[in-house]
Amino acid sequence: MTTPPVSLLYTEVEEELRAAVRSLLADACPHSAVLARIESATPYDGDVWKALARDIGAAGLLVPEELGGAGASAREAAVVLEELGRAVAPVPFLTSAVLATHALLAARTAGGGEMADDLLERLASGEITAALAVSFAASPYRPAGGEVTFEPGDGSDGSDGGGEVVVSGRVTGVAGADVADVLLVHARVPGMDASALIAVGTREQGVQITPVTSLDLTRPVAMVSLGSARGRVVARGEGPDGADLVASIMRDALAFGAGLLASEQLGLAEWCLTTTVEYVKERKQFARPVGSFQALKHRLADLWLEIGGARAAARNAAGALAAGDLPGGASGDSGASVAVAVAQAHCGDVAVHAAEECVQLHGGIGMTWEHPAHLYLKRAKADQIAFGTPGEHRNALARLVDVPAPLGEPISRT
Amino acid sequence: MTWSETTVKERVRAFLAAHDPSAMDRLDFLRARFDAGLAWVHFPEGLGGLGAPRDLQSVVEGELRGTPDNRPSRIGIGLGMAAPTILGFGTEEQKRRFLRPLWTGEEVWCQLFSEPGAGSDLATLATRAVRDGDEWVVDGQKVWTSSAHTARWAILVARTDPDVPKHRGLTYFVCDMEAPGVEVRPLRQITGEAEFNEVFLTGVRLPDSLRLGAVGDGWRVAQTTLMNERVAIGGTPGRHTMIGTVCETWRARPELRTHDLHQRLLRLWVDAEVLRLTGARLREQLAVGRPGPEGSGMKLSFARLHQELSGLEVELLGEDGLAYDDWAFRRPETVDFVGREAGYRYLRAKGNSIEGGTSEILRTIIAERVLGLPAEPRADKDIPWKDLPR
Repeated sequence: MTTPPVSLLYTEVEEELRAAVRSLLADACPHSAVLARIESATPYDGDVWKALARDIGAAGLLVPEELGGAGASAREAAVVLEELGRAVAPVPFLTSAVLATHALLAARTAGGGEMADDLLERLASGEITAALAVSFAASPYRPAGGEVTFEPGDGSDGSDGGGEVVVSGRVTGVAGADVADVLLVHARVPGMDASALIAVGTREQGVQITPVTSLDLTRPVAMVSLGSARGRVVARGEGPDGADLVASIMRDALAFGAGLLASEQLGLAEWCLTTTVEYVKERKQFARPVGSFQALKHRLADLWLEIGGARAAARNAAGALAAGDLPGGASGDSGASVAVAVAQAHCGDVAVHAAEECVQLHGGIGMTWEHPAHLYLKRAKADQIAFGTPGEHRNALARLVDVPAPLGEPISRT
Repeated sequence: MTWSETTVKERVRAFLAAHDPSAMDRLDFLRARFDAGLAWVHFPEGLGGLGAPRDLQSVVEGELRGTPDNRPSRIGIGLGMAAPTILGFGTEEQKRRFLRPLWTGEEVWCQLFSEPGAGSDLATLATRAVRDGDEWVVDGQKVWTSSAHTARWAILVARTDPDVPKHRGLTYFVCDMEAPGVEVRPLRQITGEAEFNEVFLTGVRLPDSLRLGAVGDGWRVAQTTLMNERVAIGGTPGRHTMIGTVCETWRARPELRTHDLHQRLLRLWVDAEVLRLTGARLREQLAVGRPGPEGSGMKLSFARLHQELSGLEVELLGEDGLAYDDWAFRRPETVDFVGREAGYRYLRAKGNSIEGGTSEILRTIIAERVLGLPAEPRADKDIPWKDLPR
């Protein structure tokens, strides 16, 4: 009998984790609380995040046990993301516990030393929250961050891990920055190709985080400005392939984030479908439930089919990432790269479709601020851009699975 | 006993040790395989199976690869639809009489369900079966019957009581295709060939021993057949490989590529891969005994993917897409999506959203049975069949 290399089902442990997260969010993160918070000065919910970190260990899910984490894999993180998407919860799990944590884990694997270990330990305990200072719209194929440079700080030449440096520059569109205690900044030595990953405390002098009025009210982005801010080097140098280590860390973190974002999109889409189905069963017009009209039934059946595909694709990506099949990023063509690109190409659009159907099939109430549908629509639309649009992932597949683009120039017929 | 991969392998090896396929007649080998319980392991002992979990069948197929098979594509209706129905509703005598030659392919089966006036609304069918002593006399017309011209037997649903509402007056029979009054005519389709037939039944006399299930219970029996039909149509592995064919052309002929086609092809590549993963997940669920409702969606998704891919393929071919391989009026035994050319695939795929339940009917089924949405108000409820507008 052939066993598929990656199981697309959920294990019992994963289902238990799901139930715990779901129950916590049902109590601590109802839609009324999210709606009340989104226009306040603190859109991210620190209390819910602390509870997730303390009661469930979500903050340290991916951190190895010897550093105080749970030592879990991308599969478990994916299940947490499904539930966070379902609740459209305003917590920095994706940005801190997935994206920033993955970058630190990669730095550690590359010999990052005490600096990475120390940060990971403090992340796992929930003491600090981190953000990778990269645009939420960057992708594994287009990882360009801001224009940030660094130079040696006092008493150090900045060449060793942990060395103190001074960082300057700007990164726009960073998600989770205004709730972070530590920024992980990809900075270059002026005039050189070499780069470093630098940890900068957000309370340091010269660090300015300016929130942007964001489309997604539950995961706003911010502009990060660094004016000679002091930081410490977490990783630098060349990777095993001879290329710049930090550039590949950034690419892999973005690919990892993209693959797991598919699970958030799945959870979000499932909420939209379930909620819409319940509504059209109850809502009566023309003396019958509107859900008995075939025009609506067929649309919901199609959406259900898309979501079934999203579940398979998201599980496949999580499984491939858990199997450690990255790195790959823009240059690699591992199985995980294909799984990530397929998951994002499909799930990004499915989540938007589900949220749009949710608004439309709710009719007038779906257009109100009071109803939570708009939170899902805004999250879904922002997620579609995050870590590469579906179109970018399809274009990556052109290379990964050899469906080449048309020839650039007209063929010579001489 | 509880079967495992190991014990099934042992069983196959013992069977092969006693039956050398290279030294035996093909049919004798297949009959012996059936008698050894290695035809369909999930069937009961004595009926070609071992009473083992269904997923162990792949172990048997793996061990017997290269030995003569029963040419399953030729007898798909027997294997996929008649057999599970006979197993579920047949008498012991019927099971013993029909299942073995059905599986070996000695007796081909066809399905007499659809009628010119009863397509999506199958339960409104009008073919009558009237009791005459120990026999039934059948009159009516069936359509879209594949294999009718090669079939020895048919599964047949007929109306035995026109005075009750439509679902209640049906009875399920095995029809003897060699009986007097059975006339089979080919039905030429848009591809030029005739996979299907029209079957005219005029005063066909069937003994009551060919009835499957109780009188008036035909609709329930037919549900078993139809559910298996959709599994058979939607679940066949490898059907999505149409994407492989299109990609081969794409790679081999760069002069045909355009940006528009490129974007559309990439979308379809993703759709095909997502569908492959959905199928893989579904099979995993089946293997652990937790079948999900996703199965009812597979046929729908395959139909859409096939139609879009084959449409894109003809367009991609440009001038070559103006040609068609062969309009000859033939009687193919199987649907040949791979062996023929793009124009054929395009036209044949049109049937994918019609045969075995239209995509529209399947969407309604998903909406009502999976999502639990309320049924449309119905005009035919509690009205005797004979009083329905037709």
